[in-house]
Amino acid sequence: MTTLHPGTAPPVASTGDGLATVTVRGLSHWYGTGSMERQVLQGIDLEIHPGEVVLLTGPSGCGKTTLLTLVGALRQVMEGSVQVLGCELKGSSRHERQLLRRSVGMIFQGHNLLRCLTAEQNVQMGADLLPDLGYRARRDLSREWLRAVGLSDHLSKLPHDLSGGQKQRVAIARALAAHPRLLLADEPTAALDSRTGREVVDLLKRLARDEGCAVLMVTHDPRILDVADRLVRMEDGRLWASEASLG
Amino acid sequence: MTFWQGRRIPLAWLLLTRQPMRLAVALAGITFAGILMFMQLGFRDALFDSSITVHKLFDTDLVLLSPRTKSSISMTGFPQRRLVQAMADPDVAGITPVHWNLLLWRNPKTKGTRSILALGFEPRDPLFIDPSVTALAPRLTQKGRVLFDDQSRDEFGPVAQWFREGRTVESEVAGKRLRVAGLFSAGASFGADGNILTSRETFLSLLPNTPPGSIELGLIRLRPGANPARVVERLRGLLPEDVSVLTKQGFLDLEMDYWRSSTAIGFIFTLGAAMGFVVGCVIVYQILYSDVSDHLPEYATLMAMGYSLLTLLGVVAREGLLLAIFGYLPAYAAGQVLYAVIHAATKLPVAMASDRAITVFLMILVMCMGSAAMAMRKLGDADPADIF
Repeated sequence: MTTLHPGTAPPVASTGDGLATVTVRGLSHWYGTGSMERQVLQGIDLEIHPGEVVLLTGPSGCGKTTLLTLVGALRQVMEGSVQVLGCELKGSSRHERQLLRRSVGMIFQGHNLLRCLTAEQNVQMGADLLPDLGYRARRDLSREWLRAVGLSDHLSKLPHDLSGGQKQRVAIARALAAHPRLLLADEPTAALDSRTGREVVDLLKRLARDEGCAVLMVTHDPRILDVADRLVRMEDGRLWASEASLG
Repeated sequence: MTFWQGRRIPLAWLLLTRQPMRLAVALAGITFAGILMFMQLGFRDALFDSSITVHKLFDTDLVLLSPRTKSSISMTGFPQRRLVQAMADPDVAGITPVHWNLLLWRNPKTKGTRSILALGFEPRDPLFIDPSVTALAPRLTQKGRVLFDDQSRDEFGPVAQWFREGRTVESEVAGKRLRVAGLFSAGASFGADGNILTSRETFLSLLPNTPPGSIELGLIRLRPGANPARVVERLRGLLPEDVSVLTKQGFLDLEMDYWRSSTAIGFIFTLGAAMGFVVGCVIVYQILYSDVSDHLPEYATLMAMGYSLLTLLGVVAREGLLLAIFGYLPAYAAGQVLYAVIHAATKLPVAMASDRAITVFLMILVMCMGSAAMAMRKLGDADPADIF
């Protein structure tokens, strides 16, 4: 079971060996300028290793999502160092970040599926990012992923015709179809009931582990904390503690 | 990897077709704009073309005109001597003096009168390229005979129909009784609604006040291999200032330039086409802009997945291209139908000219791609950092 130690200072590092998937050092971030300036992240240190599932919790507005967008190369790093898959994001160009994002799967609070595409086509939008793979191979890959998330009967349904849990499972299949080495998830269970949420998270963990893919998941949901290899708590822009859970 | 294997989900196509109502509105707008452009440009070109309906028919290389002649509706006379003088040039093979005027024709059925273009020539001289006119010309040697243009507007009476039925068709031109001796085909123009051919003798009896030895048009045929431009140079040097020498093309251009520059017609129709273009732009821009706005979170998601902005701009551009193609096709078909309807109703030479078909397609393409480019600016608002 997890234990939190609020008040204890970082180090927030894991004990794993080898090259980390994500290495964050002294990361700080601000929004606004001049008198409107507001610091959201203060000196964050974090490491995530391949195959590790890290859960990030904390009150809303504490900077979790900002950290996620910085690690996901969606935002320019202001101060400190963020290395993702061996690529330094501080001072990176727009193009470098775009290319890096191809190796980072993202799952959103809302499913953010393309409304005009079927489940299969949505997943293929992820698979289409893979270079050197023919159309047929990418389509078969998409079907396999939908089968893996248990939706082989819903290939040609539009998101409109799928339930919330099914949509989130399509989103997972889409994120994994691009063979990511890092998966970022922002409250993937927020829109789901507890049973469906549980299923989705278990699925996510199992598939990520099979792929050797590191996971950083932001969640408020206390029912899913046990899937974490490690829990990280954030408050007021600082990471407070972490501890391996479930061995 | 082949192109076909390298293909991806046709996102632009799916974005358009999964919203059939919006697509229908967009295509209706583009088609409407296209039809408007086809009509306006068609009318404009038909006007310029039809102004030279008769001019094109003359069997000639060069023409002599009075320098005061500015168009076919105000032909001025010049001395026929000048045409005879032109024979002095070694490259001139033959000449035909032609009288040209608009006269009042009485409809033999309703008895109403209407202005018709009458040409008078020596029946043994070549006039039109069309050999059937040359074959019919001997019938004009008898005084009081005319050849009637069966493409003339219906207001001149059912002359062609009666003639074909074998009836004797007589009418009054400029107050003199004339008999139709045959039919030829020329066509209505903006200057004249119909045409008749007569001998010079008949023509002069209709217009007894014509100064002796005065003609309105002189046709000059050259020997094979002669350079028309060089002969024009020589004749300009040879002949006095009271006559102007033009090539046949110069004769056509003079007439078209009159309608183009001396009247508001060209401007009005071009403006009409421009309005169609603007209306189309507004519609396509509205459609594409709201399309991009509605899908902004989805575009942002794609960017978060690692798709480049360029790829997404390509999607919008392809939407524009698809709209252009699928909006143009019905406009083209409708244009064909409407041209046929207009030709039947007005006898104007409107037809789907390939250069106009291309012009309208390019305008629709510019319209759609320009609107797509404007809508793309909205894509800059798609910030993948906002979607978490």
